[in-house]
Amino acid sequence: MTNLRILLGGGLTVLVILTALVALVWTPYAPTAIDILHRLAAPSGLHPFGTDAFGRDTLSMIMAGAENSIIVSLAAVAIGAALGIPAGLLAAARGGWTEELLMRGADLTFAFPALLTAVMITALRGPGAYTVMIAIGVFTAPVLARVTRTAAGVIWVQDYARAARALGRGRGAVTRVHILPNILSVLTVQITIQLSLAILAEAGLSFVGLGAQPPAPSWGRMLNEGQTYIYTAPFLTLFPGMAIAVAVLGLNMLGDGLRDAMDLRRRRRA
Amino acid sequence: MKTSSLWRSSTLLAGLCTCLASVPALAAPPDSLTIGIALEPPGLDPTAGAAGAIRDVTYDNIFQGLTRIDEAGKVVPSLAKSWTVSPDGLTYTFDLQNGVTFQDGTQFDCSIVQFSYGRAMAADSINAQKQLFAPIAKVDCPSPLQAVITLKQPTSTFLYNMAWGDAVMVAPKSAAANKTHPVGTGPFEFSRWVPGDRIELIRNPHYWGPAPKLAAVTFRIIPDPAAATAALLSGALDAYPDFPAPETVVKFQHDPRFTVDIGTTEGKVILALNDARKPFNDIRFRQALAYAIDRNAIIEAAYSGYGKVIGSHYTPSDPNYVDLSGAYPYDPAKAKQLLQEAGVKPGMSFTITMPPPSYAQRSGQLVAAYLSQVGINVKLESVEWAKWLSQVFSQSDFDATVIAHVESRDLDIYARPHYYFNYDSPAYKALYAQYIAATDPTQQAALVEKLQRQLSADEPNIFLFALPKIGIWNAKLKGMWSNDPMPADDVTQVYWAQ
Repeated sequence: MTNLRILLGGGLTVLVILTALVALVWTPYAPTAIDILHRLAAPSGLHPFGTDAFGRDTLSMIMAGAENSIIVSLAAVAIGAALGIPAGLLAAARGGWTEELLMRGADLTFAFPALLTAVMITALRGPGAYTVMIAIGVFTAPVLARVTRTAAGVIWVQDYARAARALGRGRGAVTRVHILPNILSVLTVQITIQLSLAILAEAGLSFVGLGAQPPAPSWGRMLNEGQTYIYTAPFLTLFPGMAIAVAVLGLNMLGDGLRDAMDLRRRRRA
Repeated sequence: MKTSSLWRSSTLLAGLCTCLASVPALAAPPDSLTIGIALEPPGLDPTAGAAGAIRDVTYDNIFQGLTRIDEAGKVVPSLAKSWTVSPDGLTYTFDLQNGVTFQDGTQFDCSIVQFSYGRAMAADSINAQKQLFAPIAKVDCPSPLQAVITLKQPTSTFLYNMAWGDAVMVAPKSAAANKTHPVGTGPFEFSRWVPGDRIELIRNPHYWGPAPKLAAVTFRIIPDPAAATAALLSGALDAYPDFPAPETVVKFQHDPRFTVDIGTTEGKVILALNDARKPFNDIRFRQALAYAIDRNAIIEAAYSGYGKVIGSHYTPSDPNYVDLSGAYPYDPAKAKQLLQEAGVKPGMSFTITMPPPSYAQRSGQLVAAYLSQVGINVKLESVEWAKWLSQVFSQSDFDATVIAHVESRDLDIYARPHYYFNYDSPAYKALYAQYIAATDPTQQAALVEKLQRQLSADEPNIFLFALPKIGIWNAKLKGMWSNDPMPADDVTQVYWAQ
């Protein structure tokens, strides 16, 4: 069951990543090329996913959109990890008021939904992919900080960690040698899940117009632009919707599968 | 005890049934109307702002002027019941309606005309169309019900101009507060404004003319095309006079519950260029842009084929229209050649600032795609209305923008000394001065045609298409306007058929 989930989730994720990589060098049509004569064409051999109101090839736009989704999500989670993981490690290592300060700061940041953060950043520097990266990154950081602190806290009270401290090793050294390697699996799982959330959040922010600006293709904006055509050309919303679902489902299954596979207690039970 | 409680619950049940039975009647009472509008007006004072949305809500519903524009675009009497013009075209004598009061109780008479025009012409006036009043030398009041207006020079467009929303009558007591609580002489009075959601009007019980059939009118602000479609389908809206989702019109045309009425507006969708900036100041560059864009394709993709190609700042529904739509046919090769002549290198880039409406967003994207084919990189920037008005319209800080000019017959904007697109042509200004001073209708007609041709030749902006009016409303609703000869959602004659 666990292996199946990893296999399926991994397969879907690889599919999305491969699509994005292929889109870097090749798409059936240029994703921004307008062809008014063939606008709103139903799916066919020429255009497997149909064309939109401007005659742009939906498949090509979805392929280019995959690139956008993956780059934005990776960058956002990287920002989140760069902020959150060190904060969590530091909190667990120092405890006391440092921990209080960092964790209450994380709570405060966590109280702002990604959408609100994105709106605030947009007010400062306009909409765009970078705005979305920062907003989702800021929203991801406290989650990773909490997970890191909790997981690291568990290791800190283990005998080997205590022994290392008693033998005079510094907090930094213990963190590097004992804590980090032992919580890596937990972090991998959480990062996978955060990536799926980031893809969803990116689509949502693009849907409301805060994400990548036209004509750069993005799944969320494709959904937005297609929604008034839902009566006449439902494929304009169906395919980008499916793309988002596939990417999110893949990462979620992968994350779940990895968690179960790495969870020692559960493995023993099985 | 038992009987009594049984009796009580049965009464309750009966009451409930009555309520349920009356629900349909409550949902669609025959004397109220809910209308969808795409833009929230920045205020409700048509004498203090250029936004068309102000007029949509207030024109003839709340505020009235001496003259009025009817559905056909003709000047008809309003607060002036008749008028005479002296042979030299300098003196206009208006006979005013008797027994007119403002919604705040102020009596309407000639002193109000003096006050309203004086206020609009004052140095500190924030009227968006001050030039409408520029020809006025003085307003005299020989009697309370007669206003004599003397002009500095004959002005052929004067009666038409006084029908603009910017020239409505306001009461001295309430004028300052009209922005948030408009007070006029019209058949409806302001009731409530819930920002971002709705503006409510109710019937004015003291209206001087025939009472409107509707008791209440609600304007609901629903800019999102998908939400607008859903609101009409669900019955939350009775009418959407300027429907923003042309692509869903087909669905309504096949639904017997709705009337779909496709008419004309005065809206001219243009790619406005900042003619003061390089390279937009070069006519060859502007003409190159005009040749590079396939307008028919833009109408097809941005407006589902509704709308007509225009070649100048004038719409086919205006009098003395000259069809210049073929002046710059789609010809990328010619565009490239002109770009080369103008010394514009491939890879040159500029920004199109787009306001929120879908016509602007879609046209902007399409224009960008067409220009990329002749080697011009267009950066697209979406802005909110407030930012568009301050940055583009007021400060003229832009390269290009897509915008619909909804004012009717507004050829004057190209003759203004400082207008946001910075067109500065002495030839055009001279022609316009001749047109304004002309008193002979044939001469006027010839000059209007010349003005259109001059604009087409200079192409200060790229004229794209005339915005259609896509009206969708409940099939039982009668009296809605088919066309928009002025920015207005005049509901004074609207009623529900049984």
